[in-house]
Amino acid sequence: MKEIYLDNNATTKVDEAVFEEMKPYFCELYGNPSSMHYFGGQVQSKVTEARKRVADLLGASPGEIIFTACGTESDNTAIRSALEVLPDRRHIITSRVEHPAVLTQCRNLTAKGYRVTEIGVDGAGRLDMDEYRKAIDDDTAIVSFMWANNETGVIFPVEEAAAIAKKNGAQFHTDAVQAVGKIPINMADSKIDMLSLSGHKLHAPKGIGALYVRKGTPFRPLMVGGHQEKSRRAGTENAAAIIALGKACQLAGEFMEAENTTVKAKCERLENALMAAIPHARINGGGAERLPNTTSIAFEFVEGEAILLLLSELGVCASSGSACTSGSLEPSHVLRAMGVPFTCAHGSIRFSLSRYTTDAEIDAVIKEMPPIIARLRQMSPFGREFLK
Amino acid sequence: MWDYTPKVKDHFLNPRNVGDIADADAVGEVGSLACGDALKLYLKLDENKEKIVDAKFQTFGCASAIASSSALTEMVKGKTLDEALAVSNQDIAEFLGGLPEEKMHCSVMGQEALEVAIFKYRGLEVPDHDAEHDHGHAYPDYEGTLVCKCFGITDAFLKKVIADNHLTTSEQVTNFTKAGGACGSCIPKIKELIAEVLGQAKEAAAKPKLSNLKKMQLVQEVLERDIRPMLRADGGDLELIDIDGDHVQIAFRKACAGCASSGNTAKFVEMKLRELVYEGLHVQEVSA
Ligand code: FES
Repeated sequence: MKEIYLDNNATTKVDEAVFEEMKPYFCELYGNPSSMHYFGGQVQSKVTEARKRVADLLGASPGEIIFTACGTESDNTAIRSALEVLPDRRHIITSRVEHPAVLTQCRNLTAKGYRVTEIGVDGAGRLDMDEYRKAIDDDTAIVSFMWANNETGVIFPVEEAAAIAKKNGAQFHTDAVQAVGKIPINMADSKIDMLSLSGHKLHAPKGIGALYVRKGTPFRPLMVGGHQEKSRRAGTENAAAIIALGKACQLAGEFMEAENTTVKAKCERLENALMAAIPHARINGGGAERLPNTTSIAFEFVEGEAILLLLSELGVCASSGSACTSGSLEPSHVLRAMGVPFTCAHGSIRFSLSRYTTDAEIDAVIKEMPPIIARLRQMSPFGREFLK
Repeated sequence: MWDYTPKVKDHFLNPRNVGDIADADAVGEVGSLACGDALKLYLKLDENKEKIVDAKFQTFGCASAIASSSALTEMVKGKTLDEALAVSNQDIAEFLGGLPEEKMHCSVMGQEALEVAIFKYRGLEVPDHDAEHDHGHAYPDYEGTLVCKCFGITDAFLKKVIADNHLTTSEQVTNFTKAGGACGSCIPKIKELIAEVLGQAKEAAAKPKLSNLKKMQLVQEVLERDIRPMLRADGGDLELIDIDGDHVQIAFRKACAGCASSGNTAKFVEMKLRELVYEGLHVQEVSA
């Protein structure tokens, strides 16, 4: 069975070219980039090149890039830093649909006496900017909104939100883990102070991330120890992974146009075909501006895990919007925040494509999905009642 | 991805008895769209209305919900209604070679549907849905007061599941019933219920309802088996004189009679009897 991998928002395959680039830095060029000798030096220069490549993808300068272990570390660092540099401010703003890396941290901070406002979204998953404008005040230390949502692909107006934050003297951070490499980003003329990204979402390996910190932004490190990363993130650099991330960013930049034409077209074809073939389905986030590679479709009267496992029998890997598969029992917090009716939320499936997704794969899913839904609906007491 | 047994997978991929029975004798329905799982169970009885000859189901839910329903229909076929009522959610899970704990609520749902179907068929009271249960009730047919609003689950039902499955944490209760799995505001109450059930269980263990006859038998047994051989080994012995309610009268014999520390020995006997028979016993040394 050949797998059809349409779960690229969960993680991506490491690009062969990326893998080739990092390989020598395990057994041959294994020097410590911080060492003074030539052996560490050649690793150091490769890390420098990687930093430049990451910066280029973001329209930033290399000095603004800090390598971390993952998106979660970047998110945590950004928020903690802002709270430390603005100790008199005790208010945090975020959204209800953030990744747990942000949401859980903010909620934990309420135990330390911080006030947290979680801004809501509308039925299409769009950020409620009015609610945000009303919530921000001169006690707000940090605003953290994701750039694009991992489940629905809905894009937030982070530039506009950052400008509002700056006017109020707050720092602005964006978790851009899903956006980087998929949509053009240019930090040069932006008001965003900090941005998190993660390697394994753009064909670099797991365990490497980066935090962009705008030049001049007051900053406090989360990890302290040695002087790596100009003392902004202690710990010996994960050199091979950093080099891989650099290569992955370079490739993502080269592929950006195709991502927004070819990949987007495939994703739309999949979405349109499924919507046409399957009654009682709706697009989560339909109507909002979305990532080119993501579609989340709710199939009424059936349950997501059952769909996923039947798909998985056919080698198709996707993801479910009812968090049944993740151990919690409720539809995801994202779909709930959007007010997606329970009847739909339980049967939501997310397909996320990559540059490796082929037309034949899309065709296969278009063919396999309708009988799976029909089969489960046939079994469902509601399906039979409602679809009569 | 859930770690399902081959049997769960088989019953999910090839569910047995899907569908409905037009002239079913008994139908039981539990769950709702809101909860994310629901089951409608149809039972057909033989001419004498004794044995279940056919069972079919319709399920909205995850793989284990479908597999549990399929398993349930297979298990009850050929059983009398009383035999079917004895099928517990653990039996369903066992039939499937086990379910992940997070999915135990699927087996509970199966057992529930079966109960509802049979109760209804027998014309037994299946209480009305509480007005508050409007947005989702996995188990609407239980009396008691509502504890989990999100899933419409009552204290009576929760206590039953806690006791039947020996649950000790609120996470387990969520896994088995879903209660507490959404907003979580009912978790403190769930913890109280667990404490209550645990307390009752302890009390029950402490005070088994022993008939007087049973008590006497047990006391004699323990004396013969556990105590007298020890005393005899030291050249002593005792005799059971009488049992009056919770009072056990004994008399020491041989070396024990007249031994200075026979008070301690009596205490020891009392301890042993309390441990092995029942907490409330008192031992009295008499000189008869
Ligand atoms: S009331 Fe029980 S989870 Fe909300």
